[in-house]
Amino acid sequence: MRKLISALAVAGVAFTGSAVAGSHSEAMIKEGQSVYHTKSRGNCIACHNIQDPITNQAGNQGPMIIAMKARYPNKAELRAQIWDPTVKNPLTIMPPMGKHNILTEEEIDAVVEYIYQY
Amino acid sequence: MNIIKSTLLGMSVAAASQMAMAATTGATVATVDPEADRIALQEYMKNRFPDTPVDEYINGIYAVDAASREQWEEIEEFPPYEFDLEKGEELFNTPFANGKGYADCFENGGIGIRQNYPMWNDERKTVITLEMAINECRMTNGEKPLGWKKGAIAQISAYMAYTSRGNEFAIDIPNDDAKAAYLDGKKFFYSKRGQLNLSCADCHLTGTNRLTRADLPSPGLGHTTHFPVVRSKWGNIGTLHRRYEGCHRDSRSEYLKPQSNTFRNLEYFQTYMSNGLIVNGPGARK
Ligand code: HEC
Ligand code: HEC
Repeated sequence: MRKLISALAVAGVAFTGSAVAGSHSEAMIKEGQSVYHTKSRGNCIACHNIQDPITNQAGNQGPMIIAMKARYPNKAELRAQIWDPTVKNPLTIMPPMGKHNILTEEEIDAVVEYIYQY
Repeated sequence: MNIIKSTLLGMSVAAASQMAMAATTGATVATVDPEADRIALQEYMKNRFPDTPVDEYINGIYAVDAASREQWEEIEEFPPYEFDLEKGEELFNTPFANGKGYADCFENGGIGIRQNYPMWNDERKTVITLEMAINECRMTNGEKPLGWKKGAIAQISAYMAYTSRGNEFAIDIPNDDAKAAYLDGKKFFYSKRGQLNLSCADCHLTGTNRLTRADLPSPGLGHTTHFPVVRSKWGNIGTLHRRYEGCHRDSRSEYLKPQSNTFRNLEYFQTYMSNGLIVNGPGARK
């Protein structure tokens, strides 16, 4: 727990940092948002709540998407979790978005950028 | 933060116990023990929902979700299946062209027998569901079979369930061939499949009473007791295999037909899990 909380503090700093830098293209984040919230695409919202004002009827099968930067300092690891979550947990109910071609590689990149802001 | 921690913890515990408890006995006919499986599934649910008595699981999600239960109790005051019951009784009692009727095809004239279905048929080495027996009764008497999912077949099945209300399910697995069918159904229930890599158990054990978007999957115990069901989303009455078809599609798997061998074995497994619970069909669900 303590690790997570201090990590959150770091994330707080990081948030302000990236807001200033305005780094990743707005278009990509917008695309990621669509992947995340659209039923016929990633449908992540069916299982994960997220603090985006457009959120509607979030599920709670999985943890809330929060402090991503802090918990996945290495973005590739976050991408890997989405591409195939069964590597870490063979019994997970999260679908393997990349491995089973549910999303394209570009869509996965986009959704990673989107959730990396939270 | 607490929420994250407990959710994550909850997930890992649930995942581990799903393996360790609910599917305890073996994956071969020699090692599988249906009775031990049945008790293990009850234990799993007792751990997940300590306040829910076992006999409540005939009520699906309403056994564990107080919020939706209230709405449901109101619905049950003017049951949406009343018309279907009347229609079902009428159809059941209308003679075929040859003068015979459904009563001639079933034990005890078809009254109060729901708890024995699905039934193992040893000559044919296959599981006979109630709906299958209804259609076979028609065909032996020169009538056309009914569609499997809704309408007349569901109404007749509803009436037959209604005459059996309160009877305890007593599914029998008489020999190794029957056990193999049970095992096939059990494996189907626990195996991940489809593009979304989901098993029935993922949603109805691990994920039960957790929100998937706005839906709360019911506990996978007592799943079959109240069928057929009037579902608000359907707007009419439907059979168990209609529901199977829909849930199976949710994992984006290859299509399976209602009353296919696989679905009948699945029903055999699921109804055996409900042994000791009472028949309460037809039911009403969201
Ligand atoms: C059917 C449910 C489901 C869907 C859909 C789903 N997830 Fe998950 N996800 C989970 C569960 C459950 C976990 C918990 C980890 C586990 O089970 O191993 C998880 C874990 C995660 C994690 C790790 C969280 C952490 O705290 O480390 C991330 C990140 C994630 N999911 C992102 C996504 C994204 C992005 C999508 C959509 C593209 C998505 N998920 C779709 C169920 C789902
Ligand atoms: C993606 C999640 C998901 C998967 C996978 C899934 N279900 Fe369901 N199921 C639901 C939801 C949500 C409902 C509606 C709420 C409820 O349980 O009544 C439901 C309803 C049901 C019902 C009706 C319960 C009742 O009380 O009337 C049965 C029976 C059922 N499912 C069986 C299955 C079987 C068998 C499988 C596997 C072939 C399966 N489900 C796979 C989510 C799922």
